[in-house]
Amino acid sequence: MANTDNYRNIPAEKFRFTNNRSSSDEKFKTKQIGYLEDAWHRFRKNKSSIVASIIILILVIYAIVVPIFCETSYSKSLTDTTYLTYTKLLPKTKSLQWLGWDGCHKVELTDNNLNYYKAIEEETGFDVVRKVYGTEVADDGKTLYTAKLDSYTANGFLYMTLTQEQYDDLQAWQNETGIQVIYPAIKTKNVTDANIWYEANQKGVAQLDRNGNFVNVYKTSGNDGNYSSIRIEGDPGLNDPEAKDRYRYATVTGDSSSVSYKCRIFKYTYFQYRYGFEPCFIFGTNSLGQDIFTRLASGARFSFVFAIAISIINLFIGSMYGAVEGYFGGALDLIMERISDILVDIPFIVVATLFQLHLAKKVGPVWSLLFAFVLTGWIGMASRVRMQFYRFKGQEYVLAARTLGASNGRLMFKHIFPNSLGTLITGSVLVIPGVIFSESSLTYLGIINLESSTMTSVGTMLANGKDYLATYPHIIFFPALFISLLEISFNLFGNGLRDAFNPALRGADE
Amino acid sequence: MLLTFLVIISGCFILIRLLPNIPAQQFGKDMSLVLQRRVRQGLVDANGNAIPLIQQYWNFLTRTLFTGDWGVSESLYIGQDCMQVFLSKLPATILLNVYAMVFAVPLGLLLGIYAALKKNKWQDHVISTGIMVFVSVPSYVYAFLVQYFLCFKLKLFPLVMNSGTNYFSASMFHSMLPAVISLAFGSVAGFARFTRAELTEVLTSEYLLLARTKGLTKAQTTRRHALRNAMVVILPMIIAEFIGIIGGSLIIENIFVVPGVGPLYVNSITARDYNFFMLLSAFYTIIGLSSGILLDLSYGFIDPRIRIGSKANGKY
Repeated sequence: MANTDNYRNIPAEKFRFTNNRSSSDEKFKTKQIGYLEDAWHRFRKNKSSIVASIIILILVIYAIVVPIFCETSYSKSLTDTTYLTYTKLLPKTKSLQWLGWDGCHKVELTDNNLNYYKAIEEETGFDVVRKVYGTEVADDGKTLYTAKLDSYTANGFLYMTLTQEQYDDLQAWQNETGIQVIYPAIKTKNVTDANIWYEANQKGVAQLDRNGNFVNVYKTSGNDGNYSSIRIEGDPGLNDPEAKDRYRYATVTGDSSSVSYKCRIFKYTYFQYRYGFEPCFIFGTNSLGQDIFTRLASGARFSFVFAIAISIINLFIGSMYGAVEGYFGGALDLIMERISDILVDIPFIVVATLFQLHLAKKVGPVWSLLFAFVLTGWIGMASRVRMQFYRFKGQEYVLAARTLGASNGRLMFKHIFPNSLGTLITGSVLVIPGVIFSESSLTYLGIINLESSTMTSVGTMLANGKDYLATYPHIIFFPALFISLLEISFNLFGNGLRDAFNPALRGADE
Repeated sequence: MLLTFLVIISGCFILIRLLPNIPAQQFGKDMSLVLQRRVRQGLVDANGNAIPLIQQYWNFLTRTLFTGDWGVSESLYIGQDCMQVFLSKLPATILLNVYAMVFAVPLGLLLGIYAALKKNKWQDHVISTGIMVFVSVPSYVYAFLVQYFLCFKLKLFPLVMNSGTNYFSASMFHSMLPAVISLAFGSVAGFARFTRAELTEVLTSEYLLLARTKGLTKAQTTRRHALRNAMVVILPMIIAEFIGIIGGSLIIENIFVVPGVGPLYVNSITARDYNFFMLLSAFYTIIGLSSGILLDLSYGFIDPRIRIGSKANGKY
């Protein structure tokens, strides 16, 4: 019996290692690959997703950069009344004119209309009618010309009343740059169209002389505040500024204390004077004269920010709700499921309308729309999280963690939740195009009005353009193109993400 | 489901009643003050706004659910019965969507089947890309394109739908076509995508290989084995879609000025016609709920192996 206790007395130095190698496994020679890195590896292989994410990136950059850097003095002056004179200009670029991106459009003109534009051309020297393609005799015997018209210069003239300072300043600018803005005033008083500087009948139809030329009706008498700047061709005042019959460039009204000048202003060059650059809008302008390029960018920025905010809020609420449901189960799960069942069945359009009617006046349309999206939006996320929790909560590693004394909160968010990360990321990315689509639909229908001078959304731009679909399709084209590109690339991107995070689901519905 | 419906309708009712009744306040602005007060009081009494909310609610429920009386229009079609107006608008919407389905179902199925059979060949790539594009692009964008190119440039169709109630005449059908085409685009792509996905899954399964080894030709296996099994999933979707589309497409109906339910809903909101709004909200809720139920039921109906309650594969 004494022998059995003897092992306690074996001296330590009698022990030795059976071998000298360390007992641990061999170290990995390669770098360890984490969950996200693994997903990225798979994602990279999907070419269409890569292309889609590049397109999304470009659109996002467009939405961020353009409102910051491409704002011009024109697009910034949002409350400017001169906006209304530069409406519906067509897309024009300086470098891609040969592609037909030159602000011109093909129109059918009658004789009189053609003369109307030719007159602007003759007076200002700008190419208004770029080309006449051909003629056609209409049913009523009139000749119709198919012509290429420059929408920027065909915009023509307007009457503008200037103060003394503005008048002087404009003259000084003219002298400095050599660009003419003020054109001679007209004799006849009852002509309201500033474009008609020639002999015309009451309907504004030009009365040509025998040689087929316009006969001018410039004012040659009266006060014009000593106009001392550029004069047009054929003005007797060109050689002798004091000539009796020199053209007068303004009609003066008011007394000496508050004198004002009514001038004929050429819109194209006035734009240069006012905003410091030649008018050239790559996406054209809309029916309010706003530059579509910058306007669309700020609308897109709003849509992105809005959608991402909703996605994050839904992710947060949904994962909390789903985690509690899935983890605790039982009666609590049953009750919470019924609540979300009811919420998910409410048609979204009804929710949006009710929120709009109740809250729009109190918190503004944006917030009420946000609440409407959040009210039912989190349910999809919650059911995803719930499913994942049901899958993982019974597994051994959870049991092990519980045995070691992990609390409920720790189990939920440290041990189970990370397993549902993949589906959550995919889900919340796919929320974004959905939100943008719903928002654009609602604003398009006019249920929600997000339009103001400083704010817009893509749907609002579509709604504004629909009246001009037949005549000025460019107003609706660019927002529609933007939203189509966005939806296509987000769908491709989402598919790529899903395949990357859940390889088992690959190709389920491509 | 009935409970869900009741809860939603009650919520709508209470929220609507809490709103200021603008049409009632605007009513009779041109009358003398005394008369105005009397008329308004009469309107309030007629609406039952003077009694407690809970009693109003009970009256509303019994009236609407048991007699089908949803009140009269307050501002949109003043004095007309809401239900009557609604029913007169319904045929245009339903007809439009039925036509769209008639186009979309066969075309979508055929494209899907073709793509699945030619999987990973160029035909499949073309169709898949097309599907991707058409599923993603919002339906109103097609509507603009259709309206611009077919109606305006080529002048094949009128710009908007004919008004009137002569729904089955040739000219009406002709004027409906642009809206039908725009509606069908998305559905075709949706069906094709679904069919392709289902069919490719079935085509790669092992029992199909067995069928081939038995000596059946490829056409035979596809027709008898693959298609039938794929249909188990596809048919319920078509049925559910059929119910769903009665709700119609608000946007398409608005763009082509279809005299249907969609514009009625939008108008009822802008004109603050709350009785209409209640009726249409109930309508959309019922549509949504019943398409869900029908989807569940039709699985069991088409494939008796699937029974309600055994959501084994997690599809519901």
